Amino acid sequence: MSNNDKLLEIKNLHTGFDIGGKTYYAVKDVSFDVNKKEVVCIVGESGCGKSVMSLSIMDLLPKHNGKIDKGQILFQGKDIVPLTTNEMNNIRGKDISMIFQEPMTALNPVLTIGFQMDEVLLNHTRISKEEVRKKSISLLKQVGISRAEQIVHEFPHQLSGGMRQRVMIAMAIACQPQLLIADEPTTALDVTVQAQILELIKQIQEEVGMAVMLITHDLGVVAEMADRVVVMYAGQVVEQSDVDRIFYDPKHPYTKALLGSIPRLEEKIEVLNTIKGIVPSLKNMPETGCRFADRCPEAMPECRTITPELGETEKGHAVRCILYDTSRPAEKAEVQS
Amino acid sequence: MNQAKTKQSDILLEVKELKKYYPVRGGFFRKKIGDVKAVDNISLELKKGETFGLVGESGCGKSTAGRTITRLFKPTGGKIIFDGQDITNLGGSQLRSIRQDIQMVFQDPYASLNPKMMVGSIVSEPLVNYGKGSERKLKAEVMDLLQKVGLPEDAYYKYPHEFSGGQRQRIGIARALALKPKLIVADEPVSALDVSVQSQVLNLLKSLQEEFDLTLLFIAHDLSVVKHMSDRIGVMYLGNLVEIAEADEMYLNPKHPYTKALISAIPQPDPRNKSERIILTGDVPSPQNPPTGCPFHPRCPEAMPECSAKKPQLEEVNEEHRVSCLLYQ
Repeated sequence: MSNNDKLLEIKNLHTGFDIGGKTYYAVKDVSFDVNKKEVVCIVGESGCGKSVMSLSIMDLLPKHNGKIDKGQILFQGKDIVPLTTNEMNNIRGKDISMIFQEPMTALNPVLTIGFQMDEVLLNHTRISKEEVRKKSISLLKQVGISRAEQIVHEFPHQLSGGMRQRVMIAMAIACQPQLLIADEPTTALDVTVQAQILELIKQIQEEVGMAVMLITHDLGVVAEMADRVVVMYAGQVVEQSDVDRIFYDPKHPYTKALLGSIPRLEEKIEVLNTIKGIVPSLKNMPETGCRFADRCPEAMPECRTITPELGETEKGHAVRCILYDTSRPAEKAEVQS
Repeated sequence: MNQAKTKQSDILLEVKELKKYYPVRGGFFRKKIGDVKAVDNISLELKKGETFGLVGESGCGKSTAGRTITRLFKPTGGKIIFDGQDITNLGGSQLRSIRQDIQMVFQDPYASLNPKMMVGSIVSEPLVNYGKGSERKLKAEVMDLLQKVGLPEDAYYKYPHEFSGGQRQRIGIARALALKPKLIVADEPVSALDVSVQSQVLNLLKSLQEEFDLTLLFIAHDLSVVKHMSDRIGVMYLGNLVEIAEADEMYLNPKHPYTKALISAIPQPDPRNKSERIILTGDVPSPQNPPTGCPFHPRCPEAMPECSAKKPQLEEVNEEHRVSCLLYQ
């Protein structure tokens, strides 16, 4: 894959929060790429840093204590971390747009759907108000809202959850972005509506030719949507690969455990696999060693002393676990010296 | 449990044509102007020791059904027979004594535990309430319960906020178990939890069910979870039970178009198996103003003209498999 295919490159991203004079890292040393026209799924439990990572890309971290400490976010080859708010405003909504989990809170309840739709286009394009309204209506039709002419005069509370998410998607694709970040877009929706929305995202992705970064905890959604998968645990990438290898040849014990803990429709098993314990909170993150060691069924004594690094086991498949030689930092150092 | 004919004595709970309507008020004197038919004519029975799963999308009335069965709500019509006794219209002390045998586990482990009470008091409260002794006397018993649901002993002296979501759900389960009930109604007990924690709680519920010989009414929106847990499943849509079948049969051989769509809509965790989906159009209609005829007909891919006129009844297609659809009548 040539470098030109890379749309977004995240390099050694560290995002931290200042709490009581100390910085706690919700995202620690995350690196991965999103290629053009690709669907990358970010998967992990709550508290794994998935959302903080996406907010870092959009520069939407809470201003008072959240900050990107280290690392680069290259969008089309250009680092967007040092950009000013004004410069970011030109990118947000135009080149990179985002849809959120809860479509009720992401839309302004006191403004009409039409007003909120128009706003995006008025900010980023130079077309007249009448043209903008026409464009808004056609966008709403594109996302499968048949009563678009009426909907533009309605308020968010008059729409159902699935319709609101459609409006969010219409707003997100208004300027034909290169990258759509979707943070748990279907978690708040029912399965039959979720199926509609996923289908819509996929269809638009193909039509518009954009890349999608889909953040989810639902492995079913991952299997359905992803080209590539990034598994996160406790602020780090623990495994990344194409979707087939994640499901059929998972390497990291966390990925394996996640896959084992979901009840499957086609199987009849008495006891589900579990992962003991819970994700450590930011303040209790182990300093050295593997962050998953306490919950890992395959943990060895050295897991608590050696901090594993993300290393490729084969082309396009990277794992952060000392079970796989490539991720032992000590050995790497030896080779280098 | 797999006996061909169930004896009457094997049935713990029988629900007959249960209705629960909520009045809609409006106008000058807040007159009643309509009904939300949250539960409209559902009939089911739970055999002793089985898990019955109730599944459906939000707003289909599954939670209302669960709460009406536990008599937290007064039914608008129909009958609830628990352990041979009609509890539909019980009140006061009779209802109170029946409630020892029916306990509930709630969805939100953050909202269903009193933040000002120690875990020990929370779990012993039902026992104290029913005069099984003072909190101090019951301490050993409560400790034992906490240990059975997988909580550390020192949990007794802690407060709910000190626990994670999964652990709080364990506290809720311990509280429900305290009185050794015959029936537990679990209303979305795992939907607020992460997958890894969800599987812990599901395993716990299953093992406790065997240990305490419980009958479980398991209410959830996630069909894979319901199928994993249940012996039999009932699918609800807009206040109606549209299909009841044994769990495997429901998955392998669904009859009702809604059940088919529901099963096909679940994203399968297998990238090599992307089956064709039945994508339903539109949203669930409002239960205040349900469609005429079959409640599913406006979204049904197999709808026929007569579906909007005639309301189908739940009828047997074969033993242990009942469906409410004109295609099978």
